[in-house]
Amino acid sequence: MIAILDYGVGNVGSIKNMLKKVGQRAMIVSDASQIPEADKFILPGVGAFDHGIRKLKEAPFFDYFEKAVQIEKKPVLGICIGFQLLFERSEEGELSGLGWVRGDVIKFDKSQLATKLKVPHMGWSDVFHENQSKLLEGLEHDPRFYFVHSFHPEINANDDQILSCKYGYKFTCGIEKENILGVQFHPEKSHKYGMKLLSNFARNY
Amino acid sequence: MRRIRVIPTLLIQEGRLVKSLKFKKHDYLGDPINAVKIFNEKEVDELVLLDISLNRHKKEINYAFVENIVSEAFMPIAFGGGIRNIQQIRKILSLGVEKVVLNKSLVDEQLIKDASFEFGSQSIVASMDINKPLFGGLAVYLDNGKKKINSSPVDFAKQCEALGIGEIILNAIHKDGTYSGFDYRLIKEVSEAISIPLVALGGASTITDFYTAIEAGASAVAAGSLFAYSGKREGVLINYPRQDVLRSELYEKLS
Repeated sequence: MIAILDYGVGNVGSIKNMLKKVGQRAMIVSDASQIPEADKFILPGVGAFDHGIRKLKEAPFFDYFEKAVQIEKKPVLGICIGFQLLFERSEEGELSGLGWVRGDVIKFDKSQLATKLKVPHMGWSDVFHENQSKLLEGLEHDPRFYFVHSFHPEINANDDQILSCKYGYKFTCGIEKENILGVQFHPEKSHKYGMKLLSNFARNY
Repeated sequence: MRRIRVIPTLLIQEGRLVKSLKFKKHDYLGDPINAVKIFNEKEVDELVLLDISLNRHKKEINYAFVENIVSEAFMPIAFGGGIRNIQQIRKILSLGVEKVVLNKSLVDEQLIKDASFEFGSQSIVASMDINKPLFGGLAVYLDNGKKKINSSPVDFAKQCEALGIGEIILNAIHKDGTYSGFDYRLIKEVSEAISIPLVALGGASTITDFYTAIEAGASAVAAGSLFAYSGKREGVLINYPRQDVLRSELYEKLS
């Protein structure tokens, strides 16, 4: 059973709706008791980094969730802020992220963006495969997703990167490190492309 | 290749889809949920839904309606109409709506600051309506185009950005429903004055209009009458360009 973590930040309903559409059951979890039933997690998120990490760590399920991912190695998919929280820290805030993936989250470098490219990066963008991943099965032909963000991770091209995107310059928008996965875009708002990605997460992990 | 959002704007009045002309005449089109389902099938980029019911500033938001819409839409939704406090914004966003659209409440500076702080600027959109007052030029109007604000379009847009608005829908009332093209000079002036995305709305009739609006400085384009209009035998007809057409006639042509 997929557990969509509800820590007061993010679009849990839309994710559950899309999973339902692809024939996958999911539960929205806001307390610790439901964690053991989950075999994988989705960590959504919208809004500011500090607000997000604070709310996540305050959530009653946090310790159990951390243990499930770090010790039991259950898969987790971070989305948007949920993706950014996986890293060590962000230029957006003062607090530390989860640090489950090495690297920082930085603001878009406006000096590298033409004047017509505004921040936040808001809209549909093509994504490029950087490494193999079961998350990307069936997404070979012109995959595109909906993005809305002002920050992105800075991790140098390395084994963790599975997807990149170009907005002025290339940046990492998808990672996979053992049982930890994350995407900068919103699969739950990316109709058929998002459905394929979420379906892959449900079936292949 | 730069992808540009092409956004259908649906006007709702008492739960029914309507089409407007210069904000005055409103023709009944049909069932909004049905329109959303069809746009979904056509893989539309994003939808803006605006409730323009006359009593929207007094009555509570119809959350059940919003929830219904969101459950059928697997693309981003921006919803507006009568939003005037943070509790409403919180509730609407929690239902799965991506962004809230503010218009009359744009004069409530504290609301904008609080909302953008709590939910992030990208979730708070300003819909700026522009029209031609009697003495000439262009002015900003709020509340279905009825209330004139003492601020030029450029100044108002800059103020919105400074307060934390993440995106501006620049709605040209004088072009609304006319199929005569966007107001390109207005788009250029406002987009040059701000660093947040600007969505052009009002007057679109062809993909070339979209292209010209983007070249003038818009980050995205929107249209109402162009995408949803009444067919001969009642019911709403949905029209949206195919991906390959958008690619060849718009994305690949942009500089």
